[in-house]
Amino acid sequence: MLRAALREVSTALKEGQVSPTELCQRCLSLIKATKCLNAYITVTEDTALRQAEESEKRYRRGQSLGDLDGIPVAVKDNFSTTGIETTCASNMLKGYIPPYNATVVQKLLDQGAVLIGKTNLDEFAMGSGSTDGIFGPVRNPWSYSKQYREKCGQNSHLENEDSSWLITGGSSGGSAAAVSSFTCFAALGSDTGGSTRNPAAHCGVVGLKPTYGLVSRHGLIPLVNSMDVPGILTRCVDDAATVLGVLAGHDPKDSTTVQDPFNPFKLPSVIDVGKLCIGIPKEYHIPGLSSETLKVWSKAADLFENAGARVIEVSLPHTCYSIVCYHVLCAAEVASNMARFDGLEYGHRSNMDKSTESMYAATRREGFNDVVRGRILSGNYFLLKQNYEKYFIKAQKVRRLIANDFVNVFSSGVDVLLTPTTLRDAVPYVEFIKEDNRTRSAQDDIFTQAANMSGLPAASIPTALSEKGLPIGLQFVGRAFQELQLLTVAKWFEKQAKFPILQLQEMLDHADALSHQKISLSS
Amino acid sequence: MWALRGGRCLRAAWSWGGSRLARGATGGRQIDQNPEWQLEEQKPLPQKKVTMELLDHLERLALVDFRNWEGVERLEKAIQFADQLHEVNTEGIEPMDSVLENRCLYLRGDNITEGNCTKELLQNASQTAEEYFEAPPGNIPLPKLEERESFLQDSN
Repeated sequence: MLRAALREVSTALKEGQVSPTELCQRCLSLIKATKCLNAYITVTEDTALRQAEESEKRYRRGQSLGDLDGIPVAVKDNFSTTGIETTCASNMLKGYIPPYNATVVQKLLDQGAVLIGKTNLDEFAMGSGSTDGIFGPVRNPWSYSKQYREKCGQNSHLENEDSSWLITGGSSGGSAAAVSSFTCFAALGSDTGGSTRNPAAHCGVVGLKPTYGLVSRHGLIPLVNSMDVPGILTRCVDDAATVLGVLAGHDPKDSTTVQDPFNPFKLPSVIDVGKLCIGIPKEYHIPGLSSETLKVWSKAADLFENAGARVIEVSLPHTCYSIVCYHVLCAAEVASNMARFDGLEYGHRSNMDKSTESMYAATRREGFNDVVRGRILSGNYFLLKQNYEKYFIKAQKVRRLIANDFVNVFSSGVDVLLTPTTLRDAVPYVEFIKEDNRTRSAQDDIFTQAANMSGLPAASIPTALSEKGLPIGLQFVGRAFQELQLLTVAKWFEKQAKFPILQLQEMLDHADALSHQKISLSS
Repeated sequence: MWALRGGRCLRAAWSWGGSRLARGATGGRQIDQNPEWQLEEQKPLPQKKVTMELLDHLERLALVDFRNWEGVERLEKAIQFADQLHEVNTEGIEPMDSVLENRCLYLRGDNITEGNCTKELLQNASQTAEEYFEAPPGNIPLPKLEERESFLQDSN
């Protein structure tokens, strides 16, 4: 049941095969059993059970609110949730309890979803590994999978693997790990440079970044206002479409959401890609791309062509500058957005009280980690009067060039672009931390952040396992506000790819032995 | 990998290999097996020296500290990385603020729809007095570098 798709569970709930409280309990037990993954910062056990009970009452009365009623979902810890601590994995907001729900969270709750917990992330969503938060790094559930361990010849003692576990990717690593390890059916992430798609690819789940302006950012603690989008992580494309249907649409509280009416859609079950034109951007084949990912990407292109689609090579000439442009714009907007953390109205406050300036400085010194402080300082550098034209305005001009690249490609008849999501499969944590956060982000965001720069929708679909038995994902980039087309193509591809289910039973058996509680994924 | 290594900045120059689309065994179109970009390592750029004055200025503006030499190096690397932007020809290009620039921002009517939440808002502040957020005395500038505790001072 825990492995089922949203629609199946919803049907099961309606038919009484399982009750919302049972489902909730199972997810909560599984969270306890998979605690070592460190995917959750806060597990809202009491609230979740209460919500599940209310959902149960609704089902008994035959008045379920929809497909999400009674479904356990997780939310990344940079979305505000009433009465539930929202930390952004930072000392600055430790203990901060928002007095309101983010619009997307409210929409989920209005549909009866059961909020099971807040997930771990990189501090303030800055990073590509989910390793730099104050609550520690998130472990990729695939580190403990049968598939990985068989390929790597590991024996079954979890303790031996303590040094070789893999990162989830980031910054929505907690959400990706939560969905991947079956502890919830859907999770919210945020996507500024690839923060939803990157961990989705590493954890073998579907990661959708909607078009900028489609989903409300109200309540999402902002990183880069012109690029942030709430992201959706699910185990299959249909589920992503279901969740998008609930979340998308104009929000009067977020003036950057478009006012066009949004109609939730159901993806067709029979899909013909014969009339499609798939673009393969040649600049995305960079020297650092692993040969396995390249192979998977080529095979996917062949798949589309054999099905009758027109697969052509296209050019996005400014691709090589997009990561630099992103780096400058991101730092500049971060420097501006982080200015609100001064300790006065919320969050951490230093004991320094000689003056407001020194209190602010001390608070921010104590509250932010190296990564955040580094970006704030770089951002301030780029925004200095003498640098403003040279860096910030220049980057904005380059951004237009990048966005125009996409416009040109899509207006030449291409429907969807097909690219890798990451350079390679997930690396072990000990290897990942050898390079600093900024270098890693520059490497890992390379395929994903152009979609944020241009505001286009993009989805990472788990495609195949690498030689090590780890997930490799491919990314589809669509036209603005054409999520229906994007997800239809993605669904077709998902069906063809037949990505294997994560086999975690061994890990759970080990956890059983520790907790004397039988947890099975097959019931 | 064409990211920064060690303390040096590798300026990556990309030369286009020309479009080659190899046909695979099945006759299907394959992604070219050779990367489009050739990495050409050039001599490392002269490291831009950031002056102590600039670092102090940034610490004051940002109200965060560098903490140690690693922090300063991080900034230097960030600047070198960003310098690659200057290779792009942006003559006649307008800066782009938002991808939704061709649409009008939503403006709602000037009606009061919510408020009266003083208690909730004050709850999150650590120091309040009646209905005020309490702050230490203002209008006192941050102490000069010589007088404040900063790693920059020690390295002067």
